[in-house]
Amino acid sequence: MSAELKPQKTAKTAPAWWTAFRAGWERMMQKRWIMPALIALGFVLSFAIPQFGLLDAYVQLVLMYVGINIILTASLNLVNGYMGEFSVGHAGFMAVGAYISAVLTVMVLPPALSPWLFPLVVIAGGIGAGLVGLIVAVPSFRTRGDYLAIVTLALNMIVKSAIENIDVIGGPRGIPGVDKLTTLPWVFFWTVLTIWVIRNFIYSNYGRGVLAIREDEIASELMSVNTRQTKLMAFVISSFFAGVAGALFAHLLQFISPRVFDILKSTDVLIMVYLGGIGSLAGSILGATIYTVLLEVLRPLGMWRMVLMPLMLVLLMLFRPRGIMGLRELRWFIPGVDLMAITRWRKKKEVQHDSPAGN
Amino acid sequence: MTALLEIEHLTHYFGGLCAVSDFNLSLETGELVGIIGPNGAGKTTIFNLITGIYKASKGSIRLEGSQLIGLKPNFITGMGIARTFQNIRLFKDLTVLDNVRIAFYGQAQVSMFAALAGLPSNRREEERISDRAMDLLAIFKLDGLAGEYSKNLPYGQQRRLEIARALATQPKLLLLDEPAAGMNPNEIIQLMEFIRWIRKDFNLTIILIEHQMRLVMGICERLKVLDFGATIAEGLPVEIQNNPRVLEAYLGQGVE
Repeated sequence: MSAELKPQKTAKTAPAWWTAFRAGWERMMQKRWIMPALIALGFVLSFAIPQFGLLDAYVQLVLMYVGINIILTASLNLVNGYMGEFSVGHAGFMAVGAYISAVLTVMVLPPALSPWLFPLVVIAGGIGAGLVGLIVAVPSFRTRGDYLAIVTLALNMIVKSAIENIDVIGGPRGIPGVDKLTTLPWVFFWTVLTIWVIRNFIYSNYGRGVLAIREDEIASELMSVNTRQTKLMAFVISSFFAGVAGALFAHLLQFISPRVFDILKSTDVLIMVYLGGIGSLAGSILGATIYTVLLEVLRPLGMWRMVLMPLMLVLLMLFRPRGIMGLRELRWFIPGVDLMAITRWRKKKEVQHDSPAGN
Repeated sequence: MTALLEIEHLTHYFGGLCAVSDFNLSLETGELVGIIGPNGAGKTTIFNLITGIYKASKGSIRLEGSQLIGLKPNFITGMGIARTFQNIRLFKDLTVLDNVRIAFYGQAQVSMFAALAGLPSNRREEERISDRAMDLLAIFKLDGLAGEYSKNLPYGQQRRLEIARALATQPKLLLLDEPAAGMNPNEIIQLMEFIRWIRKDFNLTIILIEHQMRLVMGICERLKVLDFGATIAEGLPVEIQNNPRVLEAYLGQGVE
C-alpha cells in the first residue's frame, strides 16, 4: 500500500550523451559483420603480437591465461548457468585434460613430433575429460542442486588424490619439464572454437532442452525434452572444454602437479562464472577477463588482493546476484536465425497476405 | 475398435497411503471426460500416473494398445499425450516463443553434430520449428507477445500459452488440470468455448480435471467422481448432479 501512496517519480529525461551512446550502441549491435571481423582481427593479432613483439612477454602470458579462463568459464557456464545445475568441481576435469596431454607430450610422443601433434594432444585431453564428464552426468540424472554440488566436489577430490597416488605420472610431485607448446594463436583458436560450439549448442534444439531443464525439469520432460540426453550432452561438452583448457594450461605453465587442480581452482572458475553472469557467453568472456586482469593488476597489493576480490564479489551478489550479464546476451553472440525468428515469420505472413493468390 | 486410452485397475500408493485405488477408464477417440472430486481425491495423481511422472503400483494404462507404465515422461509425450498443470508451470525466464519451441524437442530432426557445428541442416530445422511455433502462437493470438518473457504475461494469457505449448507436442490426448482455476464466471464461459474449439480444430480427446461445476457440467460428456482415491460415481453430468454419494463427498453427510 505504501507504494501507492508514494509520489510518482517524474520520468527523468536521459542526458543527451546517454541517448547518443544508446543509439550508437544499437546501431553497432545490428551490424552482423562486426563479430566475424573482430575474430579475424584477433587471429591476425594473435600471430602478429608474438612475431613482432608488440606486447611484452608478461602481457602475452596474461592474455593467454585470459583465453584459458574464458574457455573454463564458458564451459562451466553451460552447466551452472544455462542448465541451472551446480557443478563445483571444474578443476577436476581440467586436471584430467592437463595430465593426459602432458603425459602424451612428455612420455609418449617423441619430442620432435609433439609441436605438430599438439592440436591432437589437446583434443585427447578434452576427450579424456569428456569421458569423466560422462560419469558425472549419471548421478545428475537423479540429484540436483546441493547434491550434485557434493558429487562434483567429491569428483574433484577423487581426481586429485588419484593422481597423487599414481607414481608413473609423478604422484604428488607432478610432471615437470612440460614443453611450452601453448601459443597465443592456439589459445585464441581454442577460445573462439569453445564459444562458437557452445553458442551453436545453446541456440539449437538441444540447447533449448538445457534451458528448459533449468526452468522446470518436470515440465520439460512433459514437453518431450529428453532430459537424460540433454544433460549428458551438456556435461560432456562442458567437461570436454575443461579438458581442453587443462591441456593448454599444462603446456603454458610447463609444470603440473595435483595441487594446482584443487578446490580453489574450481572456486576461481565459479567466481568468474557468477561475476560475468550466468547463462551468458558475453558474460563468461567479461567475467574471465575482469577477474584474470584484476588479479594481475592488484598484485602490488599483496595479501590485500585477497580481501578486495571477495569483497567485490559480495557487493556483486548483493546488487546483481545473476552477475554482470545475468541471463542476457550480447546480440552478436546470438545466431541470426534465432534473432530474426519472429521478424522473418512476420515478413513471410505479410507476403502471403499481399499475394493475390492467397485466400 | 480399440479405445484410445484404456486404464484398468490403476492403483497407486504413497508409502502406506492409497492415493488412487482401482481406477478404470476407457476413452474413445474424440471424447471429453471430466474427473471431479474434492481436494486430495487423487485427480492430479491420475494425470501424473498417465504421463509417467509416477510409476503406478498396480494396474495398466494403454494408449492405442501399447502399455505406458514404466515409460519415461518424454517418451509418453512423444506418443501423443500432453498436459497442462494446475499451478501454471511455464518456463518463466524464457520467451513465449521459446516456451513453445521447447515442446517441439521430440519432433526435431537434427543430429547432434549438425547442431554443434551449426550446419545448414540445423539452420533449416530451426527455421521450420520457429515458423511452426509462431503459427501456433498466432492461432492462440499470442504472436504479438512472442518475444516477451512468459513470466510477464497476464494470468489468462499464461493459461492460454500453456495450452498452446501442450498442443505443440502434437497430442492425441490432452489432459487439462484445472484450467479454470482463478477465473471468474465470464472467463469460464470463454474458456468453455475455447476448449470446444481446440477439441474440434486439433482433433483432440480431452480429460478435464476441474472444480468449477459450471465448466464441468457445461462441456463434459461423461464424468468420473473420485473421493479418497476411489471412484464413487460415474456417468452423465445430470446423473452425477443428483447422485447422493457425490453430494455427500462434496457437502458432507446430512444430519438425521
